Amino acid sequence: MSLAFDLALCALILGAAGLAVAGRNLFGSVVFYIVYGVLIALAWVSLGAADVALAEAAIGAGVTGVLLIGAWQGMKDAGGLEAEITQSLPVRVLAGLGAAALGGLIGFAILSLPGHEGLTGPVAENQPAVNLGNPVTAVLLSFRAYDTLLETLVLSAALAAVWSLTPAGLWGGIPGPKHTTRPDGVMASFGRLLPPLGLLVAVYLVWAGADQPGGAFQAGTVLAAVWILIVLAGLRDEPRLSSLTLRVIVIAGPLVFLGAALAGALSGLALGYPEGHARTLILIIEYALTLSIAATLALLIAGPARRAP
Amino acid sequence: MMELLAERGSLFALTGAALIALGFYGFIMRRALIRRLIAFNVIGSGIFLLFGGTGYFDDGVDPVPQALIITGIVVALALTAFAAALAVRLAQSGDDEDENAEAGR
Amino acid sequence: MSVVEGIIAGLLVLGVFFYVAGTVGLLRFPDTHSRLHALTKADNLGLGFIVIAAGLHWGDGWIAGKLALVWLLTLFAAGMAAQLVARAALKAEGGE
Repeated sequence: MSLAFDLALCALILGAAGLAVAGRNLFGSVVFYIVYGVLIALAWVSLGAADVALAEAAIGAGVTGVLLIGAWQGMKDAGGLEAEITQSLPVRVLAGLGAAALGGLIGFAILSLPGHEGLTGPVAENQPAVNLGNPVTAVLLSFRAYDTLLETLVLSAALAAVWSLTPAGLWGGIPGPKHTTRPDGVMASFGRLLPPLGLLVAVYLVWAGADQPGGAFQAGTVLAAVWILIVLAGLRDEPRLSSLTLRVIVIAGPLVFLGAALAGALSGLALGYPEGHARTLILIIEYALTLSIAATLALLIAGPARRAP
Repeated sequence: MMELLAERGSLFALTGAALIALGFYGFIMRRALIRRLIAFNVIGSGIFLLFGGTGYFDDGVDPVPQALIITGIVVALALTAFAAALAVRLAQSGDDEDENAEAGR
Repeated sequence: MSVVEGIIAGLLVLGVFFYVAGTVGLLRFPDTHSRLHALTKADNLGLGFIVIAAGLHWGDGWIAGKLALVWLLTLFAAGMAAQLVARAALKAEGGE
């Protein structure tokens, strides 16, 4: 029964990806990509990887989808949406054969992989040392903390890169248009109803992330979504990008993380935690990261400044 | 073949391989920047699925690839955000591909 | 199959029926407003039945409560999204 489900899911995933990549209508492609992201999240549920499923649904389908819709609207407003061209049949056949060969080679490589035992055992053995119930959080924030630290810096670097595209004279200004809605309208009421619940869910996701699926990235995405909803409902305007408070929030998480790594280095073990304090330190880092990730994601979606400061 | 497909990890890993091929085709054959960005993301999630599928055991996916995939999802998002901002800026500057293509001919 | 399992299966079939009905409406109805009508009404009801079935299947108060909360939030979000889509469609038709 579950084999039938998996086969149907894989067929749906390939179908949605095909429509997203090969469709005629560009906006339709974006919509099919979002559907595809949700189906991929289901695939992770089927594989029993709830942490990845949460990240894929929130970031892969949600935030990426919002970014793509924003880019579509921005390019449409600027009159820069390109018309698709149809390549000649031989070119299509050649590209199709090339792509099929690539997929076939990778598939062959997968099937001829030697058997392996994976790292589930070693992770489980070392998990008591950091006192975390969720092995994925243990890997992310302790065993492979190095990757996660660099990843948070990549996020900050991407934000700096997006800001570097600010048009002349608007540096430090306000991103996005000002949204106005009727004060007692549906959008404004929804914008007031959901934020408290969103905050609760975000805090719960970090707290639960220590021992169950969840964590800073998933929670940060929920917080970013809450902020976007508040802006869309016209309850608050986007902040000035030159604001010092804003920049401190963006960089606070990586700084706390880096601080813990350096403190570890001074006491003899870089990126290590003093014995018995791992869980406390990891939770502090996770909360700081959640705030920074939320701010960075919301600002990445808002894009470069569009109104003068 | 049927036995392999019945094994959950291999099934999803092979789906990942097919997604990489599909994304690659879209990336080289389509013209609209947003669609190429989508194709790039399809390749990315195909690689993640391949990675997770090969790390699948009866008691779930190995936590080390899981953590690396979460990292990968966030890095892919960072790149997508920058590429989307670049595409919008390109459209606003009016110096889009049409003019370049015509000037080049 | 116990009585509870039978009830769960019945609820699931009922839920899927409403999803199918909503999807048929989405594909067959002529304009945005009637398509929205089909989607929001039928899918919210379908999700309700599936949530009740899932709650019974787990047989745990906490899980059932969380599922009910998910259903409630989906109702709010779907209702709001439907309003926004309807308003955008009206604007596109030049009605507002």
